[in-house]
Formats: sequence, C-alpha cells, structure tokens
Amino acid sequence: MTVPLLEAHELDLRFGAIRALDRVNLSLWPGEVLAIVGESGSGKSSLLHVLSGQGAPDAGRVLYRDPAGAQHDVHAMPAPHLRALHRSDWGFVHQNPRDALRMTVSAGGNVGERLMAQGARHYGDIREIATDWLRQVEIDPSRIDDLPRTFSGGMLQRLQIARTLATHPRLVFMDEPTGGLDVSVQARLLDLIRSLVSRLGLAVLLVTHDIAVARLLAGRIIVMRRGQVVETGLTDQVLDDPQHPYTQLLVSSVLQA
Amino acid sequence: MSKIVLQTENLGKSFTLHLQGGATMPVLAGVDLSLASGECVVLSGPSGAGKSTLMRSLYGNYRVGHGHVRIRHRDAWVDFATADPRKILEVRQETLGYVSQFLRVVPRVPTLDIVAEPLIARGAPREAALARARSLLFRLNLPERLHSLPPATFSGGEQQRVNLARGFIGGHPILLLDEPTASLDATNRDAVVGLVAEAKATGTAILGIVHDAPTRDAIADRLFLLSPVQAAA
Repeated sequence: MTVPLLEAHELDLRFGAIRALDRVNLSLWPGEVLAIVGESGSGKSSLLHVLSGQGAPDAGRVLYRDPAGAQHDVHAMPAPHLRALHRSDWGFVHQNPRDALRMTVSAGGNVGERLMAQGARHYGDIREIATDWLRQVEIDPSRIDDLPRTFSGGMLQRLQIARTLATHPRLVFMDEPTGGLDVSVQARLLDLIRSLVSRLGLAVLLVTHDIAVARLLAGRIIVMRRGQVVETGLTDQVLDDPQHPYTQLLVSSVLQA
Repeated sequence: MSKIVLQTENLGKSFTLHLQGGATMPVLAGVDLSLASGECVVLSGPSGAGKSTLMRSLYGNYRVGHGHVRIRHRDAWVDFATADPRKILEVRQETLGYVSQFLRVVPRVPTLDIVAEPLIARGAPREAALARARSLLFRLNLPERLHSLPPATFSGGEQQRVNLARGFIGGHPILLLDEPTASLDATNRDAVVGLVAEAKATGTAILGIVHDAPTRDAIADRLFLLSPVQAAA
C-alpha cells in the first residue's frame, strides 16, 4: 500500500505555558509499527491522546483513511462516528490493563463485549472466538469464566490485547504496553506482540520510554522532546547513529544489562 | 552474468559527538566500492580504518554522510542517501542481508524460529522455513537439542552460528558479513566457507569483514583496501 493510514499535520497543544505538542507531523502506513520515544513530559502521551481522538489539538489536523479509502478528520468527526471507529477499526492498549478491562466481568466476557459492541449476537460464536483469542495470547482457555482480578499482571495485559484484537482492528495505539511488568513477563509479551503484529498485518503506534522495546518492535521511530519531534527515521539507524544531541543523550543513558 | 548490484560513490562518514562538545570524527572519505553478483569481496585495512562503519553504512544502519550508497533492488537502483526508511526496510527484507557480530533478538524466542523468521518474512510457508532453518543449523553443527531453546544462554560461537543461519536462510541477492567466523573453530569455519561458495554459485554478491586469514583466502575473490582517514586539523 502506498498511502498512509493515519496522518498528523502540524499538531499544536498547550497546557498553559507548556507546549505539549509543537508542530508535530507524522504518517503511519498500513502494517508498520512506529515507535514514539522520549522521556516523561516529552509529549509522547499527549500525542497518542490527540492522534486517537481522545483529546483535540489547539491547531493541526489528524486524518484517518478508512478501508474504502476515504479520509476523515478525526477531530471533526461526529462523536458517535469516532466511538464506532474505536470499537471496530481501531484498538487501544493501555499501560494499565485495569483501565481497559472490566474487572467484574469474566475473561471471556471482556473479549466478547467488544465483539458484541460490533454487532455479534450469537452466544456460541462469541464464546468460540473468545476461547480462540485466549489461546492466541497464551491464556489457558479453562480460565474463560474467571474474573480478571484472579489474573497476574502479565495475564491481564495479554487479556487486554485479546480484547483489543478480537475485532480485527487495522490500527492499534499502544501506550507503554510492557511498562510495569517484570522483565521475564515483558519478554514474553514482546514476543507475542511481535508475532501478532506481523501475522495480522497491524499498523501500530507504540508509545514507550524504553528504547529496547522500540528497537525490537518498531521499523520506524520518532524521538520527542518538549513537544517537538527532534529526530525520526529507521529505528536501528536513529538508535545506532543518532544525529540530534538529545537522541545521543537518550541512547547513551541506557543501562547495559 | 556478473552485474554490479551494490555501489558506493564518494562515500564519506563522520560522527559528531554532541555530548563531547561537538567533536567530529571523520571515519570514511571518498570510498568508491562496487560489488558484482556472484563475487565475494573482503574489506581489508588496519583496525580503525572504518571497515565496520562502511558495512553499517551499506546496510543503512548508519546514515550516509556524504556521497551515495546504491543498491540494486527490484531491477532499479535505491540510493540509501535519500531513500525513505520504509524503502530501506523493503530492500533489507528482499535484497540485502546482513550477518552482524552479535545476535540481537527478542528474548525467549526459540532458535529455530529466530533462524526461520527472515524466510517467513519473505513469504515462505512456515513449515518449509522451519525445515530449511533446521538443515542450516545442522550444517553449522548446532545440535538439535539447542534448536528449541532461545539462544541467550548459548556460547559465543553457538550464537554466531545462529546468526549465520539467520543471515543465509533468506537467500538475499546481496549479503554483508561482519566477521562471520570470529568465534568459530576450524570445522565451523569450513562450514561457513561452504555456505559462501554455494551462495556465490547462485549469484549472491557477498561483502565481508574477515580477520582470520585461512577463511579470507578461501572465500575472497578480491580485497578492498580501506585506509584510515586523516583527521583534519
């Protein structure tokens, strides 16, 4: 495909005197993983917020191309239309799975809920799809009727991913998806995300402060600082041959295990 | 038969170290190299001459500083000095393979899957790719009991053989080898020499950094000499 799925043009966002986004441009093509890295306060979470339509920018536009090829201004869309997009074409993986999951609904119910929001009604079909997704994210299907609060942190994150991907989104926003997990759990999740992304041909916007995660998952990378994009390009090139002083600092500050 | 598939023109590269007061280190200047299909060229020159830097510049891992790096891809030239990152990723998937000195992979993924991945990425069926991975690992004398384990705990030589298998499996028309035999014993060096010879016979163009003399003499059609750049005062 030769046209971007999502485009951001000249995004500006201020919180008082702070410029959270300062003339940010980016494009995301179908099937690619784009990492947005930077330290806390660099504006990367604000960017994800604006790109996914959860918050409006002060200036600039975000354009999404639907499967039929028509472009939509994400912030000019009627609210029901945007909600429908979040239920179908888009997915969102939060750092804290508790922000996305319903903790009082069974694991299978959490996956099925998103399918039902998309119109699925047949109980047996929904349960079958939910079972299949639990298996894909390596959760024992016998846990399908258990409540999420009986799950470990890593299992909750995998459940959130199953819930998000069950409706076959084309574009997934991920906010620190491996943050807050033990390193061993993190490695397994990285492998899972990597194989799902390539098998399903997902486009992913991945926000992370962990450049090792960006290196393993993303083909391209954007480095942000104080609301500005300071460097962008091929992930390994930006990390191994950083041009901007800030990127050099970021790369040289990583602890070697 | 032998057509040029990789070419540099007046390639230069220097590094600006912003954390060291903006010091600039010139590493490459005026490099004109060409590589034809079916030949193996080995970079020579003293330590610090920029062999690894050249290799990384050819792979797009380092940004082209000056001049051009042109790769023959889908019957056209792609210049890495100006190519879009997504184009470079496409060239790497289909045309340009690279065996680095160190294995960098997702932890906990079994060796067999790591080796098969580039072939699957090029569209091969999973089972066929795994079978090919298995046979390559056997050729490189990696015992079967290791195939299902992640390579993190392997010895240096074992990891390097995983890396080699991963590099050769794709069948890329151009292959860059960065010290492929550095931590191998004589038996495994011979296996690498065999793989290189077969790849050359099928028209693969190979550029390598090879420090051990017997391997170099066995695979190189010619040497390309790099001299250290004189730092400008």
